[in-house]
Amino acid sequence: MSERARLVMFLAGGAGLAALLGWALAGLPAFGAFNGAYALLINHVVVAQRAATDAVTAVNFDYRGLDTFGEEFILFTSVIGLAVLLREQRGEHTGPSAQTSDEHRFQGSSQALRGLTLALIGPIVVLALYLDSHGALTPGGGFQGGVVGAAALLMVFLGGGYMMMRRVSPHGMVELAEASGAAGYGLVGLGGLVFAGVFFKNFLGGGTPGQLVSAGTIPFSSMAVGLEVTGAFVLLWTEFLDQALMVSGE
Amino acid sequence: MSVLAYGTAAWLMLVGLYGIVTSRNLIHMVICVSVVQSSTYVLILSVGYRVNASAPIFADIPPGSRAVDPIVQALTLTDVVVEATVVALLLALAVQAHKRFGTLDPSELTPLRG
Repeated sequence: MSERARLVMFLAGGAGLAALLGWALAGLPAFGAFNGAYALLINHVVVAQRAATDAVTAVNFDYRGLDTFGEEFILFTSVIGLAVLLREQRGEHTGPSAQTSDEHRFQGSSQALRGLTLALIGPIVVLALYLDSHGALTPGGGFQGGVVGAAALLMVFLGGGYMMMRRVSPHGMVELAEASGAAGYGLVGLGGLVFAGVFFKNFLGGGTPGQLVSAGTIPFSSMAVGLEVTGAFVLLWTEFLDQALMVSGE
Repeated sequence: MSVLAYGTAAWLMLVGLYGIVTSRNLIHMVICVSVVQSSTYVLILSVGYRVNASAPIFADIPPGSRAVDPIVQALTLTDVVVEATVVALLLALAVQAHKRFGTLDPSELTPLRG
C-alpha cells in the first residue's frame, strides 16, 4: 500500500474513531464528579479492615491481589521473551574482546561522575528498600521500589563501567532474584489458600495501622514484587547492553 | 475541565495511532505504541479524580476522608512498570529485525529478504 493511500485510510478511520471516542467520553461523569461505589467503600474500610494506610497498595496487593498476580506474570514473561529474543545467534560471539574492554567504560565518564554515582548508590538502595517495605503505609510499594532498586545498578554502570555492573550483578543471581520474587508473590497467594481457604486472602492479622509490621501479607507481597521488578529491569538492561557492547557479529 | 482531561486522553490515542500508521522506523513505532497506551492512564486517572479530595493515603488524614479513587491509581502504577518491560520486548524485536534485514524501516521488512 502506498504511503498516501495508508494516510487517507487512517484519516478516514481516525475521524470515525475520534467521533466514537468523543461520543463515549461525553457519557462519562464530569471530571472530578466521580462517585464510584467500589472506590468509596475501599477508602472507608481499608484502615479498619486491613490496617493499611495506603489504599493504593492495599488494592494492589490485597483486594485485587489476583489481578496483580496476572500483571506480574506479564512482566515476567515479557522479560523472558526478551532474553530469548536476544540470545546468542548463530555466527555471533559473546564476550569482551581485547579491543572493546576499555570502551565498556561509559563514554564521558569523569572523576566527578564516578564520585557522584558512587555516593548515590547507597541512598538509592535505602530508598528502594524503604519503598518496598513501607508500601502499606505511605506511597510506594514493590513496583516503585523495584524500579528504584534497579537504578542502583545503573549507577554502577555509569560510574564503574559495564564489566563492573556485570560483576556486582551476575546473570544467574539476577535471574534467581526475578524468579524468586515471582514465586514469592505466588506463595503469598497460596498461603491465603492454605490458611484462609481463599487464594490471595490476607491471612495474617492486620496489627496496628501505621506500624512497619502491619497490614498482614501486604508488606511480604510488596517485598516479593520489589525483588522481581528489580531483577526484571536489571536483566533487560543487561540483555540490551550485551547486544551493544559484548556481541560481535560474524 | 472535563473536555480538557478527556480530550487529552483522546488526543494522545489518536496522535499515537497516527504515529504508528505513518512510522518509518521501528523504534519510533514502539514509542508511538507507548503513547497510545499512556492515553489509557490519562483517561482512567481522570475518571477517578474527585474535586477537593486528597490522595488515598490515610497515614495523616482520618480514615474515610474524601479521597480520590485508589483503584485506578493501583491499575496505572502496575501498568506503568509492566508497560516498560513490554516496550523493552518490542525493542528487542526491533534489534533482531535490524540484524536480519539491515533496516528499521517497517516497509522494507519483506519476507523475501534476509
